[in-house]
Amino acid sequence: MQTHKAKRVDIIIEAVMEKRLTAALHSAEVTGYTVLPVLAGSGRSGQWTREGEIGRAGGMVNVSCIVRPERVDPLLDAAFAVVERHIGVVSVVDCEVLRAERF
Amino acid sequence: MDGTLAIAANNLTSPIILFFILGVGAAFARSDLSIPEAIAKGLSIYLLFAIGFKGGVSVADHGVDTTLVLSLLAGMVLSFLLPVLAYTLLRGMTRLSVIDAAAVAGHYGSISIVTFVAATSVATSAGFNPEGYMVAVAAVMEAPAILSALWIVARFGKQSADMEDGLIREILLNGSIVLLVGAFVIGWITGDEGMQMIAPFIQGPFQGVLCLFLLDMGLIAGRGLREARSVLTPGLFAFGVIMPLLGASFGLGTGLLLGLSPGGVLLFMTLAASASYIAVPAAMRVALPEANPSVYLTLSLGITFPFNLTLGIPIYLAVATALTGG
Repeated sequence: MQTHKAKRVDIIIEAVMEKRLTAALHSAEVTGYTVLPVLAGSGRSGQWTREGEIGRAGGMVNVSCIVRPERVDPLLDAAFAVVERHIGVVSVVDCEVLRAERF
Repeated sequence: MDGTLAIAANNLTSPIILFFILGVGAAFARSDLSIPEAIAKGLSIYLLFAIGFKGGVSVADHGVDTTLVLSLLAGMVLSFLLPVLAYTLLRGMTRLSVIDAAAVAGHYGSISIVTFVAATSVATSAGFNPEGYMVAVAAVMEAPAILSALWIVARFGKQSADMEDGLIREILLNGSIVLLVGAFVIGWITGDEGMQMIAPFIQGPFQGVLCLFLLDMGLIAGRGLREARSVLTPGLFAFGVIMPLLGASFGLGTGLLLGLSPGGVLLFMTLAASASYIAVPAAMRVALPEANPSVYLTLSLGITFPFNLTLGIPIYLAVATALTGG
């Protein structure tokens, strides 16, 4: 099966920032992404869990995008403008996709 | 004094408080008891819908007067001013930074709708009939405190808050406010006729739903306290108890000046005494991401909320009753 090189960018960010992040992705012409719920975790700001959340203040989401390698920098620039001051993790990994024309 | 103790004892042995205590105890005992997230959200939607609708029906019964308008204005002014008092106290009593103190202060100008619902339940049980429009007062007190907190940061901090255009819209159109105000308006429009149509749904199950919701709140408050004990200094703990009493004093003065009923004064005291843990934390995460969320969430949810629920409301009820001759 023919595969094509791509980059997957995972951004774990506070739930209250989700719409701001996805708006920034759209403005960088990244229209394909998936938002996933995140159950629990621990980091520099301490432990947290989705269980027992009464608002969106403490919850996190994972915004995952797969793009062509040349589109990673504009994506990261747009995402970093949103996540810079906030709790979160941004990671980039190499991946392969089957239908390159979709990315 | 005996009356106050009796009210406090009755409150502490009411099902809603006992379920809250059960939740706190289960959390401290590390039980796996939990209310699924979607059910907890459903319970809160039910409570906001019921309390808003009942308030609207009450206004339809009693009509609109100048006291309603003045109460709304007074609520808004209190919400603007209480954060300044809270900030001054915090800077004097604790070592919090300007940003952390401002973020905490914002929570104490805003309100806790669950504390309001519990106080309404206590007032009704004590035979009082609070002004229905206090629901609208609760709604207008949600947001101004957020602006005050951001003003404090701009005035005393070294950096400005991230006050973007969408934030105000998000605060004002917060789902809880939309549902509460929407149900209030619908109750006002439909009046008694509307109430008769849905009374079996919003009156009968109300106390039971409140018990379940407070069980969940107890679990959340207990877990929050257990995990954030390191954050709580004696100064912060003292603030979490003193600030609601000071806020309640301002609520008391306002309620008496407005000539509200004993139940109305109790609710004004409760609103001024309570601290937000839903709308304001979310706004603070966006506008002041450098503020430590474990400080403001632990204080508002772990200290002030249980204090108001167990001791505060009986104290406010006793004071309101004594000073209004209710």
